[in-house]
Amino acid sequence: MKNRRALFAVPYVGWLALFVVAPIVMVVLYAFSSAAGGFTLENFSRMGAYAVVFARSFKLALAATLICLLIGYPVAYMISRESQRFQRVAMMLIMLPMWMNFLLRTYSWMSILENTGLLNRLFSAIGLFRLINALTGANLEYFPMINTQGAVVLGMVYNYLPFMILPIYSVIEKMDASLLEAARDLGAGSARVFRKVILPLSLPGVLSGVTMVFVPSVSTFAISKLLGGSNELLLGDLIETQFVGTAYNPHLGSAIALVMMVVVVVCMAVMNRFGEGEEQAVML
Amino acid sequence: MKKTVAMLLALMMSAALCLAGCGGGGGERVVNVCGWGENIDPDLIEQFEEETGITVNYQTAESNETMYALIKQGGADYDVIVPSDYMIGQMIEEGMLAELDYDNIPNFSLIDDQYKNLSYDPENKYTVPYTWGTLGIIYNSSLVEEEIDSWGVLFSGKYGGQIGMIGNPRDAIGAALLYLGYSVNTTDEAEIREACQLLSSAKSQNMYQGFFMDQLYDKMEAGETTICTYYAGDFLTMYSNNPDLRYVVPKEGSNWFVDAMCVLKDAEHKEEAEAWINFICKTESCLANMDYIWYASPNREALERYPSYYEEQNGEPMDPALYEVMAAPPEVLARCEAYENLPPETLALYTDLWIELGIE
Repeated sequence: MKNRRALFAVPYVGWLALFVVAPIVMVVLYAFSSAAGGFTLENFSRMGAYAVVFARSFKLALAATLICLLIGYPVAYMISRESQRFQRVAMMLIMLPMWMNFLLRTYSWMSILENTGLLNRLFSAIGLFRLINALTGANLEYFPMINTQGAVVLGMVYNYLPFMILPIYSVIEKMDASLLEAARDLGAGSARVFRKVILPLSLPGVLSGVTMVFVPSVSTFAISKLLGGSNELLLGDLIETQFVGTAYNPHLGSAIALVMMVVVVVCMAVMNRFGEGEEQAVML
Repeated sequence: MKKTVAMLLALMMSAALCLAGCGGGGGERVVNVCGWGENIDPDLIEQFEEETGITVNYQTAESNETMYALIKQGGADYDVIVPSDYMIGQMIEEGMLAELDYDNIPNFSLIDDQYKNLSYDPENKYTVPYTWGTLGIIYNSSLVEEEIDSWGVLFSGKYGGQIGMIGNPRDAIGAALLYLGYSVNTTDEAEIREACQLLSSAKSQNMYQGFFMDQLYDKMEAGETTICTYYAGDFLTMYSNNPDLRYVVPKEGSNWFVDAMCVLKDAEHKEEAEAWINFICKTESCLANMDYIWYASPNREALERYPSYYEEQNGEPMDPALYEVMAAPPEVLARCEAYENLPPETLALYTDLWIELGIE
């Protein structure tokens, strides 16, 4: 009987094999071979030169993840405490921007953040720059926002915030209310209930939220191109350059992608381990 | 049970492969074309389909390099592709293109001899030119007092923070090479490094807002970027939205490029592909296309007739200055140089230096 149920998994397993496992196998094959064919480690020996790019990408992705967590957790918590009706509307509002294409949304941020963009024009219209200039004697005409690291992080936060809110919300929302009542009956105040019961129980949601924000952030190239002006190369750009730059080098591109995947997987594994430990510690 | 699962898996995979492989099969006549985005008048596609009954599958690629990568990875089943000169050279060298049967393309005779037998295809066995143009500097005359005429403006300190550099290594490094008085096709490592040094010192002095491609349309039209490097045809599109913009081919010379139609070696619909190429070469097609994409046609009659065609279509005469941007006159072309296919070591050097520029 059990085996028969395994049949239900066939479509997904097939999908996985074809579109996830096979490509990863190809990436590995490419990474360890040269254009002439044959095994080589040469692609990895060049990785040192790209350490700066790795560090920069991880830094920006980490910042975006942290900001998403700081914004997303309270929102998810607040929503889950409200009425069913409110929750439905709130969920729809959070998903709403995702009905529009990711690139279009990012493109719009370009026009918002530019020196002559919407925000700067608004600031100038309300006399903000005149005020600042009068107060400080500066000669400010606009806030430089576009083509900076800040703009890239903003783009990541904006695009991936729903991926943080949704898993946290669904975990908190499903939490057994009797646990919270029990904690209160035993004399815990709201802060303590949150710290000792809600927070530890919501950790799985936080962990999947962190993964879902961090992974696309660390590998993005569209956001850095549109909002960062390609001034500072990120990992995604670096990999893209190997495939569609002047010299077509899928071997080096695959090697960089592989190293990135390994680093991300290791980070996630460590975090999950840490998360599990926390949960158990609380149980004890 | 395990066996059944394995069987099913195998079935699924072969079904998926078949779907990918035999898509579009059947009795219908089809031609798969790949060009740049916004690089053809869509009415032409409809017209061709009506005339011949051949369905056109028009796909777009972002750049020569993207197109090359797509074909190399085997993920594309294009028949006709429209790459630029240097990429055609590379593709011919790697045996990726099919020799054309010019008997099926009688309209090839309408193409001006000036665009035949060019260095990328010296015997003209593989290509039919589609458009040509120049690379130049575009600037906003309401924000720049002087008349710009040199690449130096991209590397001197005067317009710090107002320049949008082109986000494509060949053109960006090319502009620096030209400013230094070198050839855009140099393979001398020292010269290329010197050119990159110029870019990187300008970048570290915050001369550039960034390295852009398509974003330049919005940025130039809105006045966000004051000066940029881009292509003549695209300037005309920007100009129609912001008449303060000016285009100049710098005095140090520039790149002139030809995009040409080619057929891939393993194209499944070669006959249809040649019918398509022949249709596109017609003077009427060239005129309509020029009016839509603003790139000059290599069809001699179409190019000569374009100003009067413009007047017919738009009810006003064409500004001769704009016509000169579109179809650069011989004295401008005389100082321009076409890109040639560079050896792999030089291409790899370009990529490495470009990445270094992004790492800084």
